Amino acid sequence: MNKKTRSLIQRMTLTPYSVWAVLFIVVPLIFVAYYAFTDQSFRFTLDNITRFFTATSQVDDGETVREVHTYLVIFWRSLRLAVISTVICLLAGYPLAYIMARAKSRTQSILLTLIMIPMWMNFLIRTYAWMTILQDTGILNGLLTALHLGRIHIIGTEAAVVIGMVYDYFPYMVLPIYSVMAKLDVKLLEAASDLGCPGLSVLRRVIWPLSLPGVLSGVTMVLIPSISTFYISQKLGNGKFFLIGDAIEGQYVANNLHFAAAIAFILMVILLACMALVQKLANRRVIVA
Amino acid sequence: MKKIIELKNISKSFDGEVVLDHINLDIYDNEFITLLGPSGCGKTTTLRIIGGFETPDTGEVVFMGENINEMPPYRRNVNTVFQRYALFPHLNVFENVAFSLREKKVPKDEINRRVTEMLSLVALKGFEKRSVLSLSGGQQQRVAIARALVNQPKVLLLDEPLAALDLKLRKDMQVELKNIQKATGITFVFVTHDQEEALSMSDTVVVMSEGQIQQIGTPVDIYNEPENAFVADFIGESNILDGVMLEDYKVRFSGQTFQCLDAGFGKGEAVDVVVRPEDVDIVPGEKGKLHGVVTSVTFLGVHYEIIVDIGGFKWMIQTTDFVDVDERVGLYIVPDAIHVMKKSKYSGMFGDYSTFSDEMEEIGGVEIEELGEMELESGSGHE
Repeated sequence: MNKKTRSLIQRMTLTPYSVWAVLFIVVPLIFVAYYAFTDQSFRFTLDNITRFFTATSQVDDGETVREVHTYLVIFWRSLRLAVISTVICLLAGYPLAYIMARAKSRTQSILLTLIMIPMWMNFLIRTYAWMTILQDTGILNGLLTALHLGRIHIIGTEAAVVIGMVYDYFPYMVLPIYSVMAKLDVKLLEAASDLGCPGLSVLRRVIWPLSLPGVLSGVTMVLIPSISTFYISQKLGNGKFFLIGDAIEGQYVANNLHFAAAIAFILMVILLACMALVQKLANRRVIVA
Repeated sequence: MKKIIELKNISKSFDGEVVLDHINLDIYDNEFITLLGPSGCGKTTTLRIIGGFETPDTGEVVFMGENINEMPPYRRNVNTVFQRYALFPHLNVFENVAFSLREKKVPKDEINRRVTEMLSLVALKGFEKRSVLSLSGGQQQRVAIARALVNQPKVLLLDEPLAALDLKLRKDMQVELKNIQKATGITFVFVTHDQEEALSMSDTVVVMSEGQIQQIGTPVDIYNEPENAFVADFIGESNILDGVMLEDYKVRFSGQTFQCLDAGFGKGEAVDVVVRPEDVDIVPGEKGKLHGVVTSVTFLGVHYEIIVDIGGFKWMIQTTDFVDVDERVGLYIVPDAIHVMKKSKYSGMFGDYSTFSDEMEEIGGVEIEELGEMELESGSGHE
């Protein structure tokens, strides 16, 4: 088989994927951009974009009424909750990934399965499950009462939303870090120890820099869906914490397609910029200890 | 000479399998000592116990008079050159070598000076900024040595450091390692399964088998005066025959009585007799003490390797004289060429050239195992 026919066959095997990508990724994106920059009668306009940055609304916190930039506040809140969730996922997931990678292979596969099982369940069902756990009369409070620890009010708070996000996206943090850690040569850790590093130093100078690619892809995979999530905040936040995803959904349901597209477009640009930055960090060779 | 390391009565088992069986070994200042043996003999475990990566089940590791059983690797004044180097892939050559100095917070200009000095010692000047991944096997090897030596350890441990290099490079590195050892005066503890490597580099060779030390001695002693059939077979080629010591300086084997230089055995004691293939003279049939038929002849460049069947026992003989297959020849052996050993558990297991298999199986086994490991390492998947 010569080179030409081989590359032809390669191209042919790529065809279904290319068609899929064009139909379901590229075309919708073009539509989003098209809607974002047009008005109801499909004439070019920047109004939708500027509305995102300038629209204001009044917030009544009981005493004073303040004027705020509606969507910037929503975006900021989304970003804040997403960052908090990502940090929690990283802090909990990194040690777990390390322990898993160093465990016996049987333990490894058990832990892997345990982490992946929730992913087999529907996202909505998982979120509903958390509602029943966190409700004022839910399982958590039932347990606390049984232990005479009093009750806590958590449903409808930011904490509940963060719990939901952490639970849903945790596997996406653990798995990429684990896959990098599992490939880490134990001899490198022994070498570091041999060269005078106590445990923490081995972590800081060898394990951490070598696991960085996994960390970056884990962070990306948790941060981005957490920013754009909408259902968790509605159910666990009792709709009190309007997130950017909720805003898009709200505008869409209200048949305000052009503005919904504009919000989606802005979010996408910001996320793409973040991802480009992450990529750049990942590609930079870490030379100095 | 000053003792640096003493291993006292060290035993170690993994999952109930005994890997080290009551090892006693003294390592002296400034010596090049080699632990030699087939795969699974416990040599690497011994090295790892000295390095602090394994803790012995019983016994004591004494370092300059101090028991260091419980001392973690990072506090030991010992450094290791790992089998496949274990260089840090995220650091360049300079930072790999500087690794231990940075940990000790050595001042910057001193780090520069010492790393530069080390890199010139291993002939890698100008490679400071290179990624270690871009280096050849031999260069990576040198970085590993520089990295381990920059800390000025009392003892350098080398775990089969040359196994992954090709033959010529390996020979060069043997010479270079020996030179580095002389230049630095650091004690080298070298692990290998290659007997040639062991003989050519070492001041002292420790032959190990099945978790026990079989013999400790200079390369010449080990070759000329092997303690038992295992050592005689593992180091070089040997014809090992059943014999009886008739009296001092008189041994009987292969149906004949020979003069020898060995004494101190009991009268009539059963012994193993070693005759090296290069020490046997081929003579015309009637002049030899032993007679046999040539069953195979192999040309090896410097000499012929011939197999002679004498009463069912196949002798290996190395000679520069040509003989033909099926020719009847006589063998002549001078007293100096005969070495008598006590019987051991290895008696009868080695030294008959009906097959070459014993040693080949064991050495071959190591290589296959290593290949397997390499494939695992280079594979991108994980379990």
